[in-house]
Amino acid sequence: MDMTPFVDVAFLILTFFIMATKFKPEEPVEIKTPNSVSTKELPESDALQVTFDSTGRVFFSVLSEKDPMVKYNVIKHMNDTRSLGLTEAEMRNFVKAPAIGVPFSGLKSLLAVPAEEHKNYKQPGIPLDTLGGELFYWIRDAVGTFTGKQLKYLIKGDNEAKYPAFKQVLNAFKKNEIFKFQMITALEDAPAGSELEIIRKREKAGGH
Amino acid sequence: MASIEGGDGGGGHKKGPGVKKAKKLSTHLDMTPMVDLGFLLITFFIFTTTMSSPTTMELYMPKDTDKDDEQNKAKESGALTIMLSKDNHVYYYEGQLKEDASNFLSTNFAGIRKVIIDKKKAVIEAHQHDAGCEKIWAKNGGDKKSCLDKDLVVVIKPGELATYKNTVDILDEMTITNIKRYAMVDLFEAEKILINKTEGN
Repeated sequence: MDMTPFVDVAFLILTFFIMATKFKPEEPVEIKTPNSVSTKELPESDALQVTFDSTGRVFFSVLSEKDPMVKYNVIKHMNDTRSLGLTEAEMRNFVKAPAIGVPFSGLKSLLAVPAEEHKNYKQPGIPLDTLGGELFYWIRDAVGTFTGKQLKYLIKGDNEAKYPAFKQVLNAFKKNEIFKFQMITALEDAPAGSELEIIRKREKAGGH
Repeated sequence: MASIEGGDGGGGHKKGPGVKKAKKLSTHLDMTPMVDLGFLLITFFIFTTTMSSPTTMELYMPKDTDKDDEQNKAKESGALTIMLSKDNHVYYYEGQLKEDASNFLSTNFAGIRKVIIDKKKAVIEAHQHDAGCEKIWAKNGGDKKSCLDKDLVVVIKPGELATYKNTVDILDEMTITNIKRYAMVDLFEAEKILINKTEGN
């Protein structure tokens, strides 16, 4: 039997997957995001991301795909303002770490662990209260190092997370005078016959 | 098929004793290991790839204010309050909550869209010509029709037991039904009591 066409197709598929694959950044918790009809794309750089999982644990991360120095500046600034007593190596480790979910008191011991092993490290989440808790300081200090840049604020929550967890995250942002957020969701189509679908169709027709 | 012809066993024409036949090498390779590897890679990429790229949904929150005159006023006729509770329950009422709670109704996420659309229709029907609003829209190059539902305000009140998914779903519903004015606030005590009573705790 001649298997050549079969093998050809197989390699075509292989090529497609290699091209289309984008490795998702590793995260310490698995989050199932809700769906929305929103089509706005996710920014990769110059963004602060707050993640909360189904049990209400909160994680903080700085997205800076282009420039790792940005992350380093954030932790250096944090180290100075909050006197965390981190060593140079620990600050370098922060740059590689995907997301941080420990109180300030536990940050040093978390960063003593190599970033690759963080997903096995039990992180209790950043402490929050109605005034924003420690997340308030994370946001404030991170924003402080980003002067002159348009920062975006991402919120990624789990489907099963309760509303109060979300509200506390919002409060931490609001205390920092930040009122515009982007919530990370998975794309779904506008329901058939809805007003949104009609508007989108009209826009499409008008664009051509 | 792809055998190497050896010696003079074949029935070709005879060559002289000194003429050696050039050794023909087969062009056929055994490709099985390569194909195996190919499929292994395909499997790997299929498993690791994330097809649905995440998108983001914008949310604008107002600044908290205690001053009365800074608060946005909503017309009673155009207000729709939606409350979210546990197990995807949705409660709603139009205008003000009545003393006897007769306008406090219960639905779910499948039914809430119709409620919003009906409310929007009712508000558009009750709309009275507003020259001031139309002037503003005309000046900014917008559609004058946007004035029709300017009295419509949806107030979203997620309860303590509502999930994040519920919250995003209801905000999404605002986009789907094209509601321009909506706000997310906390439940009032009276509403909490009513929800508790309805759910039988």
